[in-house]
Amino acid sequence: MVLPAAAPAADPSAEQPAAATRTHEFMLDNGMKLIVKEDHRAPVVVSQVWYKVGSSYEHGGITGISHVLEHMMFKGTKKHGPGEFSRIIAENGGRENAFTGRDYTAYFQSLEKGRLPVAFELESDRMRNLQLQQAEFAKEVKVVMEERRMRTEDNASALTYEQFNAVAFLSSPYRIPIIGWMGDLQGLTLDELHAWYRKWYAPNNATLVVAGDVDPGEVRALAERYFGPLEPDTVTPPKPRPEIEQRGVRRITVKAPAEVPYLIMGYKVPVLATAARDWEPYALEVLAGILDGGDSARLARELVRGSQIAASASAGYSLYDRQESLLMLDGAPANDHDVAALEQALRAQVAQLRDAPVTVPELERVKAQVLADRIYQEDSVFYQAMQIGQLETLGLGWERMEEYLPRIQAVTAAQVQEVAKRYLNEDRLTIAVLDPQPMDAKVRAGAAALGGGHVR
Amino acid sequence: MSVDRRGWSYVVLCLLTCFATPVAAMAPIEHWQTDNGARVYFVPAPELPMVDVQVVFDAGSARDADRAGLAQFTHHLLDQGAGGLSGDEIAARLEGVGARLSGQSLRDMAVLSLRSLVDRKYLDPALAVFTQVLTHPDFNRVDVERERERLLVGLQYAQQRPGEVAEKAFYAGLYGDHPYATPSEGTAESLKAIDRDALRAFHTQYYVARNAVIAIVGALDRAQAEALAAQLTRGLPAGERALELPPVPDLSAAAERHIPHPSTQTHILVGQPGMRRGDPDYFALYVGNYVLGGGGLVSRLSTEVREKRGLSYSVYSYFLPMARRGPFQMGLQTRNDQAAEALKVLRATLTRYVAEGPTAAELEAAKKNITGGQALRIDSNRKILEYLAVIGFYDLPLDYLETFNAKVEALTLEQVNDAFKRRLQPAHMLTVQVGSE
Repeated sequence: MVLPAAAPAADPSAEQPAAATRTHEFMLDNGMKLIVKEDHRAPVVVSQVWYKVGSSYEHGGITGISHVLEHMMFKGTKKHGPGEFSRIIAENGGRENAFTGRDYTAYFQSLEKGRLPVAFELESDRMRNLQLQQAEFAKEVKVVMEERRMRTEDNASALTYEQFNAVAFLSSPYRIPIIGWMGDLQGLTLDELHAWYRKWYAPNNATLVVAGDVDPGEVRALAERYFGPLEPDTVTPPKPRPEIEQRGVRRITVKAPAEVPYLIMGYKVPVLATAARDWEPYALEVLAGILDGGDSARLARELVRGSQIAASASAGYSLYDRQESLLMLDGAPANDHDVAALEQALRAQVAQLRDAPVTVPELERVKAQVLADRIYQEDSVFYQAMQIGQLETLGLGWERMEEYLPRIQAVTAAQVQEVAKRYLNEDRLTIAVLDPQPMDAKVRAGAAALGGGHVR
Repeated sequence: MSVDRRGWSYVVLCLLTCFATPVAAMAPIEHWQTDNGARVYFVPAPELPMVDVQVVFDAGSARDADRAGLAQFTHHLLDQGAGGLSGDEIAARLEGVGARLSGQSLRDMAVLSLRSLVDRKYLDPALAVFTQVLTHPDFNRVDVERERERLLVGLQYAQQRPGEVAEKAFYAGLYGDHPYATPSEGTAESLKAIDRDALRAFHTQYYVARNAVIAIVGALDRAQAEALAAQLTRGLPAGERALELPPVPDLSAAAERHIPHPSTQTHILVGQPGMRRGDPDYFALYVGNYVLGGGGLVSRLSTEVREKRGLSYSVYSYFLPMARRGPFQMGLQTRNDQAAEALKVLRATLTRYVAEGPTAAELEAAKKNITGGQALRIDSNRKILEYLAVIGFYDLPLDYLETFNAKVEALTLEQVNDAFKRRLQPAHMLTVQVGSE
């Protein structure tokens, strides 16, 4: 049986941005949460199952296991053989896939609205009945290693980021790359996957998000029918593994075959889940928008077009994380400048944020963009479901989504300066520099074989 | 139905009867021309208070002639200074009202897109700037020099990416002397030789009303959409539509190219000239390719290369329909020491598929996926906008989307087999490999 855990998101007569986009929340008896977002613009539905598990739940030796398990979730149950999940969704005209993050693993299907039961039937089956087979695992882990080679080993910027991240965080599990270290992938066993699946894949550790042209009551009944019978399990939430206090700047060099130098800088900053002062994450969000909220933001205006020190430069921050995170800056120097000059220029930008309040037009611009983006996001049913799933899985609750706009609108120039002063300082900074090595294929061939551990 | 290119101003060519069978929640496409000959395609979408506008010129890199990179360089400069506004001012004015300007420079097309709130206090300033960007780019010397340097860094960056190196070599090998062979991003040498006069001349010739298609989706009525299109194009001369590109010749023999690269994987591309937009074999090849390598994890290539052997994370085949025959391409990436094995599987899968065609069950599954997914193809304003631009740019019939499923359903096994046998020659494929020995 399903009990409604909350009334519809807001008074229907109140200021809803679009025609009928109400959100409904239900709790199944087995502890699985269901959230339905109505969007009746097109006769489609998106179904997403979010599990509270990701790379930040892992530890040394089994890094990448959440992502490998995500791949294995397509390899069959007692009822449906390997690959059958994808075949059935495809024959129903659907699109499907999955993604793994630091704090979540999610599975999704997009379908014509009438075919939601097809997704529920398959998704509920693999939540508890996955058949992990050695032969399938042996092949699939090779696929994941190829994925790692493509995304990371052969991408100098990604390689630099991965090592930057592992140095920026020492005790926090955010140091773990989502795809896992190659050595850990090589040592991964079927038993470890079994244990990981049993530990985290239970209805009471999952959130089902459905968005589209659906009736909330009907979705609830369907969810009860397919997911309701699943037995809950004991799920022990991960222990907090806070980052130790950083004591001084950290700096690394990454050598890799490349043509263009690259620089990453990151400052330790709070996120919504960790902030002592709850306005701070919103002020940091605005701060990132002042630096890089488009082509008129400071980095593009002053470093790319103005001084022309940077060929490209960007800044980023996300307030939706489970643990303390980073405000990041990165860029490539223009051809007649070096990485040191770019670093100086970026540091000067940071100093400027500490030393002087941002201007009114800049603040207004960021707020106008956030306001507009709020509307633009409604164009994608998938994105709406994503936001809900992410906030729920982080334990923040989807209602925080509704707070975003007013909280951003309330940020003042003084608050932006205050977070800059408090957090954007030397002792919280990590820097990584990509030092391009010659692109001679033969020189690398040996090194790569060693690094990848695949010596023939 | 063909679309008149010259005479008809403000005439709706598509009538409501196009929509006798309801497919999905999308209003009928409305079509007209501006006074100076730009072709406009409009679908009202009143649900959200926003509008998307896409302007497409036949000004892609196929028009580069002997100056590789000219089309992309020109496109890149448009918002760096226009109508006397600096790049800073253009960005500030657009972003100050929450508008999003984006663009793409392809082989066939130069694309500019604007997304804005529909409230006049936001939309009007955004449109004013967008109009200047389209019609009066300044090509200031300082901007040209700076962006040239940035494009050169972009070229260097591409060289460190094995996938991009392979793609470039693939087009060069596939198209020989045809304009599609030109690298869209140019070469270091060609970029250095392009001056402001060349950029201006390119803009003057190709960024003209008769060479433009405008797609609009959003919370406007017909009169507002007409006014919007008229405003955007008023500053453009009528000009002339670009000449048709020459036909693409077949590859006369197999060709292989191996480019050394310090990567841990070898990127493999195999293909030949495929089909054009409006091709008589379009549906047979599109549906047939779903079975071969288009259908994600359930395709034959995915089954053979990834599921059975674990050789590659990504493996695919596609036909990219263009104004002239775009590529048929199969691709994968695998650990260097497995490249030979993977290539063998790729080729064997193709050869067998061309010889035997899909099974009845495979064709049925493909049809179910494609027809069953119709609603998903047009479930957002953004997706509808892309369809409008393609329908307009390639002169596809206005009922393209409505008749799509029926044409897929009507295909027989024999038609698909026959099309693959006629259109693909496994013995005459171009193979590009980028990686270490």
